[in-house]
Amino acid sequence: MQIPPFNVREIREQFPALRQKIYGKNLIYFDNGATSQKPQVVIDAINRYYAVENANIHRGVHYLSQRATTEFEASRIRIQKHLNARKSEEIIFTKGTTDSINLVAFSYGELLNKGDEIIISAMEHHGNIVPWQMLCARKGLVLKVIPINTKGEIIQEEYDRLLSNKTKLVSVIHISNTLGTVNPVKEMIKKAHAVGAKFLLDGAQSIQHMKIDVADLDCDFYVFSGHKVFGPTGIGVLYGKEALLDAMPPYQGGGDMIEKVTFEKTTYNHLPHKFEAGTPHIAGGICLGTAFEFLSTIDLIESEAYERELAHYAEQVLETFEDLTIIGTAKNKTSVVSFNVKGLHPFDIGTLLDKQGIAVRTGHHCTQPLMDFYKIPGTVRASFAFYNTKEEIDFFAEALEKSINILR
Amino acid sequence: MESNTDMTKIQHEIISDFMLFDDWMEKYEYIIDLGKDLPLINEKYKTDEYIIEGCQSKVWLHAALIDGKMDYSADSDAIITKGIIGLLIRVMNHQTPEEIASSDLFFISEIGLQEHLSPSRSNGLVGMVKKMKIEAIKSLNQ
Ligand SMILES: Cc1ncc(COP(=O)(O)O)c(C=O)c1O
Repeated sequence: MQIPPFNVREIREQFPALRQKIYGKNLIYFDNGATSQKPQVVIDAINRYYAVENANIHRGVHYLSQRATTEFEASRIRIQKHLNARKSEEIIFTKGTTDSINLVAFSYGELLNKGDEIIISAMEHHGNIVPWQMLCARKGLVLKVIPINTKGEIIQEEYDRLLSNKTKLVSVIHISNTLGTVNPVKEMIKKAHAVGAKFLLDGAQSIQHMKIDVADLDCDFYVFSGHKVFGPTGIGVLYGKEALLDAMPPYQGGGDMIEKVTFEKTTYNHLPHKFEAGTPHIAGGICLGTAFEFLSTIDLIESEAYERELAHYAEQVLETFEDLTIIGTAKNKTSVVSFNVKGLHPFDIGTLLDKQGIAVRTGHHCTQPLMDFYKIPGTVRASFAFYNTKEEIDFFAEALEKSINILR
Repeated sequence: MESNTDMTKIQHEIISDFMLFDDWMEKYEYIIDLGKDLPLINEKYKTDEYIIEGCQSKVWLHAALIDGKMDYSADSDAIITKGIIGLLIRVMNHQTPEEIASSDLFFISEIGLQEHLSPSRSNGLVGMVKKMKIEAIKSLNQ
């Protein structure tokens, strides 16, 4: 298919949520890090599913069930192709990033032994911290944390130092939801493999911002949430290399994940169903496929460049403010600008921006250890998607100035 | 019931003050000015013992029973939260524990600030109002 040239106006038109007014002001949606808005095609697909396609999958002889099954599996294949995974069996549907990480922590965790080490970084989301802490407590493993520098970059020498033959897994955020840092994960994956460790890449903030190729990255797991990539909530993906997923025990037991059940012994289904116990989020799975279909109409190389430009422009504008500090100044960064204004609470700034129609997030962004590192209670975070514009950033700057004047 | 009418009366006063404002920013300017003006709590009570942790902002609350009336002082690290605390204290301060325990803070939604008192806001205010009532109930049972 021919991909049309990148055109923000045309893309915006496909997102009905962006056309609304709140408090009588045009909505400016800068909270894409939390979740993205949905294009009309995805909304239509959700409607269509519940209106005429609804049926349970993998179990009916009837027409609707077979059609829903076909669509669900077609979505899996679409996602496999998008990620450049070798097989569709390597795509497991989950509830989202958090659920995917918990699945790996439980199931891959079963293969680990007392004294084994897991490495994460100091900029992880709570979703990529707590499951490992729980696993470590359960199995007597050791959790190691790679420190970062004040710019918000992982210190690679420290990473090298932590890696050893005790390391069994490295789990790192691809793009920081708080700082926008793009981590050099391809090199980090190579280093992990060199000591025989597996690598999980938290793609919650990268899937929507760049072309992802799991074969090229060579990560062992890649996880993301549908709702951050223009799809529905409640659905997400765990990509895992087939041999590894095969070696891992099931996470939850129930229907669909079994081959044969007797009271004496149960044998498990093959991949991907082994990890999909019970009726899945069928509408979510199908419509996540629609979101990737939508994504295939966008030139992701151009959209990535555009988003970097937006973030860079926002930084330039913010740097003109007195007493404003940008948190996260990594050399390689995209889509996110976090900041604080001296003497002002992020919550106050966020509340006043909201009343002017601008949606940002304030607080610790589920990265409390990172806030502790910077010794701040939180930040104001503007996070962009390819449907945002420089004009919106100009409005945002005006609204910010007004807010600061009122608060001072 | 006499001073309960008092609480009702104060709430109506606040509501009519807020009617003067045409838009949200004016309302918030007023709240913020309240927050700036008020020295709300004795510094010695700004300790962990008196803290109510919200996810977004912190609140400190001190309560005492003085001459049969509740005496509240509170503070926050966020100025909007502090301004709203000012309003809550204006309504609830120096009322009897009985009145506070059974009070209905209808003014909050009348002036459009209910979002700040919704549990999802996690700015410490919900916890604060709850604690104000609990302290009143405690002193009833003393
Ligand atoms: C980097 C990162 N990891 C994990 C998560 C958790 O995603 P979810 O809440 O969709 O499971 C998020 C989203 O907030 C995130 O930004």
